[in-house]
Amino acid sequence: MSQLSTKHLLGIKDLTPEDLHLIFQTADQFKEVINRPIKKVPSLRDITIANVFFENSTRTRLSFELAEKRLSADVVNFSAGNSSVKKGETLLDTVNNILSMKVDMVVMRHASPGAPHFLSKHIDANIVNAGDGTHEHPTQALLDTFSIREKLGDVAGKKVCLFGDIVHSRVALSNIFALKKLGAEVMVCGPKTLLPKYVESLGVKVELDVRKALQWCDVANVLRIQLERQQLKYFPSLREYSQYYGINKGLLDSLDKEIVIMHPGPINRGVELNSDVADSDAAIILDQVENGVAVRMAVLYLLAGAGA
Amino acid sequence: MNRRKIFSSELLDITIQRMTQQLIENHGDFEDTVILALQPRGVFLAERLKTCLEENIGRPINLGYLDITFHRDDFRRREKPLQANTTHIPFLIENKKVILVDDVLYTGRSVRAAMDAMITFGRPQAVELAVLIDRKYTRDLPIEPNVVGQHVNTVASQRIEVELKGKDYQEDSIWLTEKTQD
Repeated sequence: MSQLSTKHLLGIKDLTPEDLHLIFQTADQFKEVINRPIKKVPSLRDITIANVFFENSTRTRLSFELAEKRLSADVVNFSAGNSSVKKGETLLDTVNNILSMKVDMVVMRHASPGAPHFLSKHIDANIVNAGDGTHEHPTQALLDTFSIREKLGDVAGKKVCLFGDIVHSRVALSNIFALKKLGAEVMVCGPKTLLPKYVESLGVKVELDVRKALQWCDVANVLRIQLERQQLKYFPSLREYSQYYGINKGLLDSLDKEIVIMHPGPINRGVELNSDVADSDAAIILDQVENGVAVRMAVLYLLAGAGA
Repeated sequence: MNRRKIFSSELLDITIQRMTQQLIENHGDFEDTVILALQPRGVFLAERLKTCLEENIGRPINLGYLDITFHRDDFRRREKPLQANTTHIPFLIENKKVILVDDVLYTGRSVRAAMDAMITFGRPQAVELAVLIDRKYTRDLPIEPNVVGQHVNTVASQRIEVELKGKDYQEDSIWLTEKTQD
């Protein structure tokens, strides 16, 4: 197996476990590449990639751009803020205009769930979903599971708990799909108002008590409270949230085991995660960021190969 | 299918001994020389050469593994992308003499990619190429080996098959095969 089963990366849901393993094996090699004195390979030198961001991003966008540049691709950046989208241009028109300038791949972030799926039905280029609303964020899940694999040797059989704002989190959904496909046990933990109804139907455990969830898991992936997506009040105050669901050193020290702490960033320090945990040795948050570049290189490389 | 054995187990041993002697002639005690094996198929030869060299010289030889997948010139031109292998070079190649090792030299394109991949690790003083089999008159690029196990005259329809002692085969042998027209 040296080829993905798809020509777009729209979501983890569409990938096979073999795809995930192939991406990891390729990312292993790219991780070695980005630690060389010259961190660049010429693989994608005849490819142009457009990063089309209709929603804010620093980490993901920077990570994609670095990945593209280290593969020697030509890169054009587009953000909706200062574009003709403001003048009322449709998504399809915008993207078709970009593609007429001979662009081969589109990396897109959009606030509407399903936007990249819609696009994939209408255009020829390879599409990579860099987050669509509250739906999926496949590359984040890939780098999260890649980091677990790197830290613990394997993902299969590991117990992973996702904490916090599950209902608004595309990272959570993609992680659940990826972890289940790789054979991990998955739990979600948070206040009932931030857990989706029927989340059990995805095959995950639900726990409302942070301490019990921490005691159960090997890896805690703490998600950000997404205040910008919360149109209602889901909990009384940030202070109360932090009191009941924030993870701090005292709580971790009171467990009789060590667990790995992850966070997809940006961290709300003192809300879902305290600084004494975020900056501790148990946290692999910065490894996740480093792995993000390698994993995105692997995805772009494999999709470019598949699109030939 | 036509199949002709070009290396038996004994001949392979003798050839590797001779290549070792040739390398020692050029590189002395290997103080400033390192070996880079091209993944995946140059590895067996490089490891045998390393063992043989160490027996002769009596000191450890630096051997690294170089994967060329991301430097190939046929990406997106072949039907399926190739699976990448590990690159592991646990030493500096800056100002060293580097011996690239591969099993078969055919078009020269892999060696071109290998030189490209190699210089991302530094600037070697000099680079040589050692191959077990040199397929003559088949080059696409102006690349010639410095140390050769055997020159073989081939045509494009022929293939070289390497079988190594281990779990799949009883003994080492290398074959020149050709598909017959049905």
